[in-house]
Amino acid sequence: MLKVNEINLFYGSIHTLRDISFQVCAGEIVSLIGANGAGKSSILNAISGLVPIASGDILFQGQSIRKTPAFRLVSRGLAQVPEGRRVFARMSVMENLEMGAFTRQEASGIRDDLEMVFDHFPRLKERRKQAAGTLSGGEQQMLAMGRALMSRPKLLMMDEPSMGLAPLLVSEIFDIIHQINREGTTILLVEQNAQMALSLANRAYVLETGKIVKEGLGSTLLADEDVRKAYLGG
Amino acid sequence: MDLLASQLINGLHVGSIYALIALGYTMVYGIIKLINFAHGDIIMVGAYTAVITLVSLNWSPVAALIAAIVVCVLLGLTIERVAYKPLRSSPRISSLITAIGVSMLLQNAALLLFGAQPRPFPIVLKVEPLRFGGLQISFITLLTLGVTALLMISLQTFVHNSKPGKAMRAASEDYATAQLMGINVNNIISLTFAIGSALAAIGAYLYVMAYPAVSPTMGSLPGLKAFIAAVLGGIGIIPGAMLGAFVLGIAESLAKAYISSQMSDAVVYFILILVLLFKPTGLMGKPSGEKV
Ligand SMILES: Nc1ncnc2c1ncn2[C@@H]1O[C@H](COP(=O)(O)OP(=O)(O)OP(=O)(O)O)[C@@H](O)[C@H]1O
Ligand SMILES: [Mg+2]
Repeated sequence: MLKVNEINLFYGSIHTLRDISFQVCAGEIVSLIGANGAGKSSILNAISGLVPIASGDILFQGQSIRKTPAFRLVSRGLAQVPEGRRVFARMSVMENLEMGAFTRQEASGIRDDLEMVFDHFPRLKERRKQAAGTLSGGEQQMLAMGRALMSRPKLLMMDEPSMGLAPLLVSEIFDIIHQINREGTTILLVEQNAQMALSLANRAYVLETGKIVKEGLGSTLLADEDVRKAYLGG
Repeated sequence: MDLLASQLINGLHVGSIYALIALGYTMVYGIIKLINFAHGDIIMVGAYTAVITLVSLNWSPVAALIAAIVVCVLLGLTIERVAYKPLRSSPRISSLITAIGVSMLLQNAALLLFGAQPRPFPIVLKVEPLRFGGLQISFITLLTLGVTALLMISLQTFVHNSKPGKAMRAASEDYATAQLMGINVNNIISLTFAIGSALAAIGAYLYVMAYPAVSPTMGSLPGLKAFIAAVLGGIGIIPGAMLGAFVLGIAESLAKAYISSQMSDAVVYFILILVLLFKPTGLMGKPSGEKV
């Protein structure tokens, strides 16, 4: 479904991503783990078209999206839940969800998906008229996920959905990610919470300072000596 | 008492014109964080368009208004495309300097084409002032208030209830995330310039109906006042620009009546400084520590 081919990315003269290659197949959950500043968000932003890559290629469903502007990727089936939620704070919960469905026309399909989002996140339904900026951190995360789902994506990319959340809420969010995947959405998950991300993932990649240093099945990496030392506290 | 009432009404009159212009500053700032210094000169271009179509081409007042709107919208879109868009990822100071350059270009082009001599704006409406008890209100004042109220309500409705309006708010809150929603922000920016310029054209027309002199630098002062109004209300916030403009208009006309007309600008700056001291984000601005 997604194939990233030896991409390189620079911010000014700083070489942030070095020959990154990986792929995500239809139906999978793939995790990308790495420490602060490893380049995880940069990879997602490069795929989304928010930052330009210097070389390499990105294929989505067999077609290069390297030069496709960010806003055109949504209707092609790519959605991103950005790091730090980035909900539209002054807009209501409902309006945020509407923005998620911005590229869609069919009113009935949108209504069905709204129901689906409210099934996953009943709390959003209660608060649909509230300004998104007044939601709690966890609720904002749910809204950011719901908003992305409203575009009915084929591939959903999530950037640190567990960031800043209490452990109980983290497992709730991960359960929902699992459920969304079972309902047919392919998932690329970026996380620092390696324990959770590796347990959930079919496959995973480990990123260190802009390079992929390891890849394997989620369960394999979870048992890996080096990974345990670096990311799972021994 | 009558003096106070009529000064308040005068204040609402100038405030309305400032509001129509201030909206263009604030909407553009909201999305691309640029203070469009050329916006004041759009007023001048609108006024020249109106006066030329009215006097030289003998068009009807309504046709002249439409001509002014069309010319200003096209000019606004062109300025954005040619001058600001190529600089969108450059440091902000570059586009700020460019904006000042565009402003000077427009003023000098007008000077070259039309000369420095102000042109009188013809009387397009001959209606007796209306009397309410001892109070006399000119029809132009009522028209200005009515048109402004209608435009502000329409703008609020558009921004809150239409799909492009909501996309505009989303883009002004978070430019990158709006793109992740599939919003073509380039189109939204063009739309913003178009709306701001159309409002400025209408503001220009109402302005020269009240102060009937058209000259190359006529846009500077109302442009500056409207910009101050936008900052006063909280730059980037649409209702803030409206509130700021009315506060400014009323303060200015009260100062003219009760202090002195020379001092009225000083009063305006004093209010601006005072507000920014106590609330740096403007009257309706959110505290900058807002959770986002
Ligand atoms: N817009 C930018 N301009 C310049 N440098 C940037 C920019 N965005 C990221 N960087 C730098 O690129 C490197 C990778 O950043 P990135 O945000 O991709 O890391 P990350 O793995 O997502 O980190 P975190 O876990 O903290 O979110 C960092 O050193 C960061 O400082
Ligand atoms: Mg990151």
